[in-house]
Amino acid sequence: MVAVLEKSTETKLRISGAEAVVRSLLAEEVDMIFGYPGGAVMPVYDALYGFQDQLKHVLTRHEQGAIHAAQGYARATGKVGVALATSGPGATNLITGIADAMIDSTPLVCITGQVGSHLLGSDAFQETDIISISMPVTKWNIQVTKPEELPEALARAFYIAKSGRPGPVLVDITKDAQFAEIDFNYRKCEQIRSYKPIPKLNLESVKKAAELINGSQKPFVLFGQGVILGKAEQEFKTFIEKAGIPSAWTLLGLSALPTDHPLNVGMLGMHGNYGPNRLTNECDVLIAVGMRFDDRVTGDLKRYAKQAKIIHLDIDPSEINKNVKVDVPVLGDCKESLSTLTSLINTNSHPEWLQQFHEHERIEQEQVIKPEMNPQSAELTMAETIQQINKVTNGEAILVTDVGQHQMVACRYTKFQKSKSNITSGGLGTMGFCLPAALGAKLGAPEREVVAVIGDGGFQMTIQELGTIFQTQAAVKIVVLNNNFLGMVRQWQQLFFDKRYSSTELMNPDFIKIAEGYGIKGKTISERKDLASSVKEMLEYDGSYLLEVCVGKEDNVFPMVPSGASVSEVRLS
Amino acid sequence: MDQVFTISIFTENSIGLLNRITTIFTKRHLSIESLNTSESEVHGVYRFTIVVKTDEELVQKIVKQIEKQVEVIQAVYHIDEETVFQEIALYKVSTEKASENNLVERLIRDNNARILSMEQDFMIVEKTGHKEETEELLDFLRPYGILEFVRSGRVSVIKPSNELHERIINF
Repeated sequence: MVAVLEKSTETKLRISGAEAVVRSLLAEEVDMIFGYPGGAVMPVYDALYGFQDQLKHVLTRHEQGAIHAAQGYARATGKVGVALATSGPGATNLITGIADAMIDSTPLVCITGQVGSHLLGSDAFQETDIISISMPVTKWNIQVTKPEELPEALARAFYIAKSGRPGPVLVDITKDAQFAEIDFNYRKCEQIRSYKPIPKLNLESVKKAAELINGSQKPFVLFGQGVILGKAEQEFKTFIEKAGIPSAWTLLGLSALPTDHPLNVGMLGMHGNYGPNRLTNECDVLIAVGMRFDDRVTGDLKRYAKQAKIIHLDIDPSEINKNVKVDVPVLGDCKESLSTLTSLINTNSHPEWLQQFHEHERIEQEQVIKPEMNPQSAELTMAETIQQINKVTNGEAILVTDVGQHQMVACRYTKFQKSKSNITSGGLGTMGFCLPAALGAKLGAPEREVVAVIGDGGFQMTIQELGTIFQTQAAVKIVVLNNNFLGMVRQWQQLFFDKRYSSTELMNPDFIKIAEGYGIKGKTISERKDLASSVKEMLEYDGSYLLEVCVGKEDNVFPMVPSGASVSEVRLS
Repeated sequence: MDQVFTISIFTENSIGLLNRITTIFTKRHLSIESLNTSESEVHGVYRFTIVVKTDEELVQKIVKQIEKQVEVIQAVYHIDEETVFQEIALYKVSTEKASENNLVERLIRDNNARILSMEQDFMIVEKTGHKEETEELLDFLRPYGILEFVRSGRVSVIKPSNELHERIINF
């Protein structure tokens, strides 16, 4: 890529704006993008035709598929995901994924075609004001009407998407800017004067945090995706090991620390584990690392960790005191702040405190986990399915989930050894995320096993992406946990709406026939005797595979912190 | 407790930034009392002055979310006591009754306002001041027949030191 760049700089390539887009992507070391063509972006597609050996374009079946695939790619690789779409509906179809990436801090560059600049504002065919529409859900966006502005706009886009707290950006390019010619000269962006992506670490606040930790009897760490985004998994592990602090994860922090690490005490929040929820209200110092105190994690804020001193490590100053009042904020890149903090804390252990987590775990094992893993009923459970997957993958696979009951169960029970192994729609809760995200993850990390666990509802929201899996031959393993219900909504209806199952029961098609239509091998099971062998068959199969597991129709996910309740009120049944 | 806050935002000059900033208020379901934008003392750096009525905790959160926008250089908030601020109001007053005696002219003088233009059947009065002052003059003039009234957004400078200026030129 460097060679291409140097050559282009020397010879002052005279190329179209469209080709400038492609060459800019190459200069940013992009080798794969996801998209869907259309009128206003055709010049870029035409330019892509000449670069097929350097830049693979994955044609999805819907722009929502493209954006979720780009998200999956970004989350699995740690690189910037790129999505390409046309104007109007092409652009608006990206919005759900952009909003998802915004709330889950996923670095994306979205490129949309736009009608010619002379038509802007005229309600031209497939014109939509995507800049205004995407403004609240992008970290930054820009409309380019002059081709000479393209290289700098794209350079800024990549820099902004991946620096600081990552997020999605959108570059909207009018068709005339794609056609017109420019002297191409690409320079990567290294700074923007109004933008300070990483706050300077304040040593005084690190010292205060260290003092609190050193004086604590019952410290408790909550870790989020910031650890993964900050590439600080090792620093995090060293930190908690030195201070001997029990640590619980948010949905997006999952896989930053191996599941079987002795200090990993489980998941926080609404369907998190019993101990981490209850003991949040018993710890004396709460240390939040790269997480944002989402309401699904905290429950009722008025009764959240009031007894504790709170330390919050984050890269984004606007997260400090947003939901929870913090005693000691530590702003900065957590790779740096964690290692500085580690150097100031005493080597310690808290066996009695850790024991309290173990006691809670024992209760949860007895009342929830064992009955789910070894059910008395003939119907299969989601939990035992995940257990079987664990047995074959040994924590080495990437788990991609959708949204709902299956997501909570899969995230609770899947074992992880490696970071960047859990890909899910956390903040936005986007049904339909899983299938295209799994495709993007597999294409981005082909050496890794990618298991997509989806509910029957979410599967049908982006089921057309089976076509993309077919065309790309990406060996995604798809497990549909089918209860013929929108299970999580049904669970709420059962518990909080007097079992009035309003519009949650699904009459589903024959998923296996659909898979077969796309050339994907499939199998459906509903009996326990077939579970282990079928999971093994799926994972050993050379190619993509759909395993439909028919599970109990009215099974519920526990533990559960009811909406508006305190984390102390977590229910086991 | 709700009180008036003046938010001052220093930005690059980029298309759509106003929209990006106002969405942050929309997201919080917060109404903007007044808004003004102009170039600041630093060439190329623009200054937004936004007035809101809310509690300090919320204004803090909003200012941080504004400041994190890529093209925002700095955002700060102040209460009225920490700033010097003015608004300008224009009143188009019917001269039908007003010309009967010279009371109106005295009223205008007493209120530190001035007549910008005198026409056949109306005059244009200008007053600069705080909202209560321009409001008060409006009430005084109302009996004479107000044909048009318009008030600008607040413009405001910060009282203490030149710290803010230093930060803007050294960002």
